[in-house]
Amino acid sequence: MHSTETLRSHGPACPAASADGGCADDQIAGDGYTCHFEQGARPESLILNMGPQHPSTHGVLRVLLELDGEYIVRAEPVLGYLHRMHEKMAEVKTPAQFMPNMGRVDYLHALAWNWAYVGAVEKLAGIEIPERAEYLRVITCELNRISSHLLWWGAYLLDLGAFTPIMYAFDDREMLLDLLQLMTGSRLTYSSFRFGGVYTDASPAFVQGVRQFVPHLRSRLPMYTALVTENIILRRRIEEVGVIPQDMVARYGASGPVARGSGIAYDVRRAEPYSVYDRFDYEIPLRHEECSMARYMVRMAEIEQSLRIIEQAVESLPDGEHMHPKAPKPSFKLPAGESYFAVEGARGKIGVWIASDGGKTPYRVKLRAPGFSNLALFAECARGTLLADAVAILGSLDMVIPEIDR
Amino acid sequence: MASIFRTIADLWSLVVGLGITGKEFCKPGVTVHYPRAEVTPEAAASFRGPIELIGLDKDPAKPKCIACMLCVSACPSNCITVTRAPTPKPTPEELKAMAEAEARGEKPKKPAPPKAPGTWAYDFSLCSLCGSCVEACPVDSIGFSHDIYMVGTKREDFVFDQLARLARKAAARKPEPKPAAKAAPEAATAPAAPVAAPSEPGTATPASEA
Amino acid sequence: MNATISFDSVLHVVLALVGVAVFVGLNGLLLVYAERKVAGFIQRRPGPYEVGPQGILQAVADALKLIGKQLVRPDRADPLLFWMAPVLAFFPVLLLFLPIPFSPLLTGWDVNLGLLLILAFAGFNVLALLLAGWGSNNKYGLLGAARAVAQSVAYEIPLLLAVLAIAFQEGTLSLSAIVGGQGGMPWQWNIAVQPLAFLIFFVSALGETNRAPFDLPEAESELTAGFHTEYSGMGFGMFFLAEYANMIVACSVCTVLFLGGWKGPFLDGAWWFLAKVYGLLLSMMWFRWTYPRVRFDQLLNLNWRWLLPLGVLNLLATAFVMKL
Repeated sequence: MHSTETLRSHGPACPAASADGGCADDQIAGDGYTCHFEQGARPESLILNMGPQHPSTHGVLRVLLELDGEYIVRAEPVLGYLHRMHEKMAEVKTPAQFMPNMGRVDYLHALAWNWAYVGAVEKLAGIEIPERAEYLRVITCELNRISSHLLWWGAYLLDLGAFTPIMYAFDDREMLLDLLQLMTGSRLTYSSFRFGGVYTDASPAFVQGVRQFVPHLRSRLPMYTALVTENIILRRRIEEVGVIPQDMVARYGASGPVARGSGIAYDVRRAEPYSVYDRFDYEIPLRHEECSMARYMVRMAEIEQSLRIIEQAVESLPDGEHMHPKAPKPSFKLPAGESYFAVEGARGKIGVWIASDGGKTPYRVKLRAPGFSNLALFAECARGTLLADAVAILGSLDMVIPEIDR
Repeated sequence: MASIFRTIADLWSLVVGLGITGKEFCKPGVTVHYPRAEVTPEAAASFRGPIELIGLDKDPAKPKCIACMLCVSACPSNCITVTRAPTPKPTPEELKAMAEAEARGEKPKKPAPPKAPGTWAYDFSLCSLCGSCVEACPVDSIGFSHDIYMVGTKREDFVFDQLARLARKAAARKPEPKPAAKAAPEAATAPAAPVAAPSEPGTATPASEA
Repeated sequence: MNATISFDSVLHVVLALVGVAVFVGLNGLLLVYAERKVAGFIQRRPGPYEVGPQGILQAVADALKLIGKQLVRPDRADPLLFWMAPVLAFFPVLLLFLPIPFSPLLTGWDVNLGLLLILAFAGFNVLALLLAGWGSNNKYGLLGAARAVAQSVAYEIPLLLAVLAIAFQEGTLSLSAIVGGQGGMPWQWNIAVQPLAFLIFFVSALGETNRAPFDLPEAESELTAGFHTEYSGMGFGMFFLAEYANMIVACSVCTVLFLGGWKGPFLDGAWWFLAKVYGLLLSMMWFRWTYPRVRFDQLLNLNWRWLLPLGVLNLLATAFVMKL
C-alpha cells in the first residue's frame, strides 16, 4: 500500500514536495494520504475529504473522494482514527479481565461480541454451560440485535434528511434498553456473559417485560413501514443505489445484511450453527435486488425474525441455573491451544480467534469485525455514483467505526 | 405512461406520512424531563451503578470485606486500591504471653493483621461497571449501587473512599440520629442538593442519596 | 394608482418598510420558536423549555447569542463578496412585502404590477447564495452554492407559470385586485378553481426557499452546511432570518393568490390573512419534519419533467377556459 516515506514526509514521489521534504505548493497540500491520493487525480476533478468530522460517517471515518462535479470518480476510506488497540489489550489482560472490552468494540451489538469471545474461550477450555443460560444468551442477543437495527434505521434516515424517525426508533429502543437493564444491569455496553453462563438470571419481571414488548414492537413496525419504507422520496433515494453484485460480496468477504441483500444466503446461525438456534423456527431474510433498498428491507425483516426467536425462546425457557456449577473463577488460566468462534452479529459475521500458550494472558486474540470487510467494498461500489448516493450507500452498509478500527 | 400513473399513485405515501406525524404531534411526550422529573428509583434499581461496600449484618457501618485483594486483581482497569488495616498494638496480656513464649524458647505469637480493610479507594472514572469485582469477592462484600445522577466538578470527586461512603449510608439509614462524628463532614444531607461541598476527594454525591 | 410621486406616498412606503421590518423581525423570532416546538411535539419531546416560560424566549436568546459572536472571515475569502452575501440575502426580502395586501387598509404599496415586483426581487436570493458559496473559498461552500443556484433558478419557472395562471384568470398583476376577485368562503377562493396551480406554486415555493424536502443547499448530513459553512455569528443569523422571511413571503403570496387573502366567511380583515399565512407556514414545517431529503438530480428532475410541463398545461388550460 502506501510507503511509510510517503505518509510521513511527503517523500519524493509527492508532486508538492520541495527539496527538504516540505510542501512546495502554497496551497495546503494535506497529509500523506491526500498527497498520495491526489497523484492519481485527473486535472479537472475536485478532491474532497468527507470526514473524519462529518455528520453521516457514523463515527470517525474519513473518505477521500475525487469528484467530477457531483459524481464520484474514486473513493478511498482512511481508517484508524478510532484504533484503540483492543487486540493488544487482550494480550495483557487475563481472559476474564478482557470481557468489558468486547462490549466496547461494537457498542451497538455488544452482546454478540461478548458471545463470540465467551464462545471461543469456552471452546478452548471445554467449559459447559447450562441450557437455561443458552436460552438467556439467545434472548438477550436477539434483543440487542433489534436495538442495533432500530438505531441503524433511525441514523440512516437522519443521514437522508428525515429528522423524526430516529426519535420514534429511540422511543422503542428505550423500552428495549430498560428490559436489558433488568437482565444485565447495563444499557449499552453489556458485559454480562461469563465463561460458563450468564452473569445474572432472568427475573420474572424481565420475562414479563419481554412478553409485553414483543407485541408492542410488532404493532409499531407497520407505522415505520408507512412513514418511511413506503415513502416515495425515500424509495427514490435508496432504490437502485449502491448495487453490490454477488461477486463483489465474495471478493471482499462481506457478510450479514450486505451479503443477504445481494442474494447470498449466508447466516452464521444456519451455516455454522451455535448454541440453541436450531431449536427455533425463523427465516433468514434474503433479497436479490443488490441495492441499498434490498439491504434496508433485509434489516427490517430481521427485526421481525428476531422477535419470532425471542417469543419462542421465552415460551420455552427452561428452568435451571444461569451459571454452570463448575464454571471457572475469574482468575482461571486458559489451556494452551487455539480456538475460533463465530456468531451472527447485526453487521455480519463476528469472529474471535484465541491462541493461548497456557499463561495467565492469551498469546493472541484476533477480532474479526464484519464492518471492516463491509467497508472495504465501498471504494469499488461508490465509483460513478453521486455524492448524495455515497451517503446512502454508507448508511446502508451499517458501519460502526469503532468496530472497524477496534 | 404507466410509470406516470405509478408515480402519482406513490404520492399517496406522502399524505400517509403526514398523517402519521400529525398523529404523533398530538400525542404526549415520552421523554423524562430532567430535572422536573427523574428516573424513578424503581426503574434505576436494576442499573449497575458505581460499586459500594456492603455492611455486616451486625454492624452496617463496617464492610464485610476481609481485605483479600481478589477484587483488586480481578479488576481490568485497576480502579480499586485496598490496604489492610494496620496491625493493632499488642495488648498487655498478649505482650505477657509473647514474653512467656520467648522465655520458653518458642516463637512468640505476634498479633495477626486484622481481616479488614484500612483504606478502600475506588476510582469511578476508570471503572467500566463490568462486575468482575462483585463476582470475585468471596464474602459478597461488594455490590452495585444505583446512583445514576452522580455529580462532581473535578476528576478527584470521583475517587471514592468506600469506607467513608459506607459509614455515611449506614448512618443515613439508621432511624435514631447518630453522632455527627460518624458521618463524614462532606455529607450532603439535603436530598435535593445535587453537589456536595467541594474540594474533598470522593465527594461526588448522588442527587437522591438518602 | 397614479404614477406621480407625492410626499404622502413616499411617507407611506417608508412607514410600510418600517412596519415590514418589525413584522419580519418579530415573525422571525416567532417562527424559529414555532419550528422548534413543532419539531419537538412531532418527535414526542418538549422542544425549547428552559429560557422563559415554555421556552418562548429561546429565539431571543439565540438572536442575542448570534449577535454577540465574533464575525470571522476565512483568510482567503473575498471580503466584499463574503460580507455582501448575508446582507443581500436579507434586506431585499423586506421589499417583497410591500405589494402584499395584509388587509384593505394595510398595503405597503399598492402597485398594479405587484406580482412582477415580487418575482423580480426574489431573484436577489440566488445572487446572495452564489456570493456566499464562492466568496467563502471553501469546497463545500462552492458545492452548496452551485446546488443552490441551480435549484433556485430552476424552481422560479413553475412558480412563474402558476402565478401566470392566476394572473390570466384575474386579468391583473395587482395583488389587491386578485384578493378582490375572490370571495370569503373557501369555495370562492382561487384554490377551488386552480388546485393544480396551488400545488405547483407550493412545491415551487418549497424549492425556492430551500425548505425540506428540498433543503439540499444546507444538507448538513452531506455537505456540512453547504453555502453557509463558513458563516458564524450574525452572518449566519442573517441567512437564517432571510430563510424565514422568504418563507413568510412565499406563504403570503400563496395566501393572496389562492386562499382569498384577507377575506373570510365573516369579519374580513388582517386576522384572516395572518391565520392563513400561519397555516401554510405550519404545513411547511410539518413537511420538513416528515420527509427525507430529495437527491439533487431528482430535485431538478421533479422540476423540469413534472412541474414545468404541468405548469404549462395548466396555463394552456386556463387560457383555453378564459377564451370560452
